[in-house]
Amino acid sequence: MVDIIRARGDYSIAEYIDSEKGTVSRELYVNPDIFEQEMEQIFQRCWLFLGHESQLPNPGDFIVSRMGTEEVIVVRDRNDNKIRAFLNSCRHRGMKVCRYDEGNALVFTCPFHAWTYDTTGSLVGAGFYNRPDASTDTLPRENWGLSEVAQFKNFYGSLWATWDPKAPSFEDYLGPFAESLRHCLQSSDGEDNGLEFFTPFQRHRLPTNWKVPGFTSVTDLTHTAMTHRSSQAAGLHQDRGQGKEKPTIPFPQEKYAIGDHSLGHGGMCTFYNQAGVPQYTNEWFEPGVDDYFRDATERKAQKYVDRVMAPHGWGGGHFAIFPAVMVDSWRLRWYHPHETGMTERWTLSGVDKNAPKEVKDAVRHYSERFNGPIGFFESDDMENWNYVYPASQGARARKLDYFFRNGIGHGKYDDRLPGVIVNGSYTEEAQRARFSRWLAFMEAKSWDDLYPINKSSARRIW
Amino acid sequence: MVEIGSDRASLERLILQQELEKFLYREARLLDERRLEEWLDLLAEEIHYWMPMRRNVKFGDWDREFTSAETEINWFNEGKEILEGRIRQLNTGVHWPEEPVSRYEHIVTNVEIMDVTGDEIRVNSKFFCYQNRLQDEVNTWVGRREDLLRRDAETGFKVVKRKIILAQNVMLPKVVNTFF
Repeated sequence: MVDIIRARGDYSIAEYIDSEKGTVSRELYVNPDIFEQEMEQIFQRCWLFLGHESQLPNPGDFIVSRMGTEEVIVVRDRNDNKIRAFLNSCRHRGMKVCRYDEGNALVFTCPFHAWTYDTTGSLVGAGFYNRPDASTDTLPRENWGLSEVAQFKNFYGSLWATWDPKAPSFEDYLGPFAESLRHCLQSSDGEDNGLEFFTPFQRHRLPTNWKVPGFTSVTDLTHTAMTHRSSQAAGLHQDRGQGKEKPTIPFPQEKYAIGDHSLGHGGMCTFYNQAGVPQYTNEWFEPGVDDYFRDATERKAQKYVDRVMAPHGWGGGHFAIFPAVMVDSWRLRWYHPHETGMTERWTLSGVDKNAPKEVKDAVRHYSERFNGPIGFFESDDMENWNYVYPASQGARARKLDYFFRNGIGHGKYDDRLPGVIVNGSYTEEAQRARFSRWLAFMEAKSWDDLYPINKSSARRIW
Repeated sequence: MVEIGSDRASLERLILQQELEKFLYREARLLDERRLEEWLDLLAEEIHYWMPMRRNVKFGDWDREFTSAETEINWFNEGKEILEGRIRQLNTGVHWPEEPVSRYEHIVTNVEIMDVTGDEIRVNSKFFCYQNRLQDEVNTWVGRREDLLRRDAETGFKVVKRKIILAQNVMLPKVVNTFF
């Protein structure tokens, strides 16, 4: 593996992060050499989120998703019904084999020379391949299938993949957050894999480095009051409706900013200190919707009579999976790098599979007006995330450091999530954990240096 | 050429065309002049304001091209109450992607009357919207609209339904803070 930055002969990457001062060099966000190294050493190795099985219910259904800067075809096979993922690049000359966002396919035929692949990615034919004067024996079809991801995981309906055969299993990659993610993919009555996701992906471009939103919004309680001032002032609160209630029955819970410095995941999580689920409080405009969720919550409470819920972002928070997926109890938002200064932001919003139409509609309309480039709440963020980039890029600006010191030294390990540092909810603990893991990936020669977590691979740098 | 006086229906159609164009141009002007509350007055109370997303689909699979207003995620898919909220937000002066405010120019053209039923008129048009902001932030949105308008004593017409067909797949601008 070429160390791109070191090859240039300047400094070691570790010097870009000052763990004493609690700072990160802006160079990490604006330097194209670092970006290239990230694509190689982070996005080629990590488990990345592709989509949800509810987007491709039938044999032959496919969606085109992304892994880092590259497109992948995610397709449900016609014979074994299994979902697989392939690089969207013809093995012959590299043309995009599929140029549709989604659909149902018997085969994928490249529009260049008709190299044709089935829904398991195998090459089944090529243009003029059978002609007597085309030496058929020089095309060993079995070796020229689409490039398939090294590992694929359907985790309670959510689809993940990695290009690295040496990456640990998805559950090991998540560590203590596996249960948190599993919980977020439950329906509101506590059934595993209980959500379906509204189609299609909501996708928009954001002219900034992927780490600006990808690392900052891991948890960022201090931005809300200022960034989202207009939503507050206009009465468009974060909640889903008017007449939001306060619970009358207290439930012992604690909110923290948490970060796993060895695995890189973290965010704002609620820890629950007893079995059961908190009381449901009304929050929807639309008639009947609260009734549905109140009933569902009661059904869930029965399932959790003697179970403590896994810490997760329920109730206004979210946690994030390294490198760039934010997980709520009802939606997934993630960032695809395009270039050093260009990111594409994707959102999928979920709802209980078994909810009636009026509940699905209420959740869907909330997602439409809240999320993304036209969402009144999230559009606030885009301006700040955008202009961080040009204002950090200049010859003077990039010599400065970003401040990530908030709460440094105050974090503690907590038995409820082994290996994770727990800190005040307004601290930057989760962002620091991101950078601990980021540095480990950028310096590691392979997954051997990254997992399992032990004395030599544990990389809490601050 | 229509011979005036000889064909009353044609003459009425010409006048209607003129009235509709005037209405649609005025709407665009109000948006560009930041008179957003006056723009809201031109929308019916029960308006469905809808901008679907558009997929890249196989030739002929046109029924899959637009996202469904009934079951899928759309760019805009809302009534007047939500639009009023958006305009309250734009008028706070602290909605950062519009502070400082943008210079918008909405150009409306290709106005075609598709159908007239009593007080209700189906009219199609095209728009070109140019955004210029700060020093060098430039975005454009190009598309067409399928409107259902209703005659109104006060404002001439009210927009009852609007389907906005944007010529875009991934939303390329980082935000959309204007209307079409």
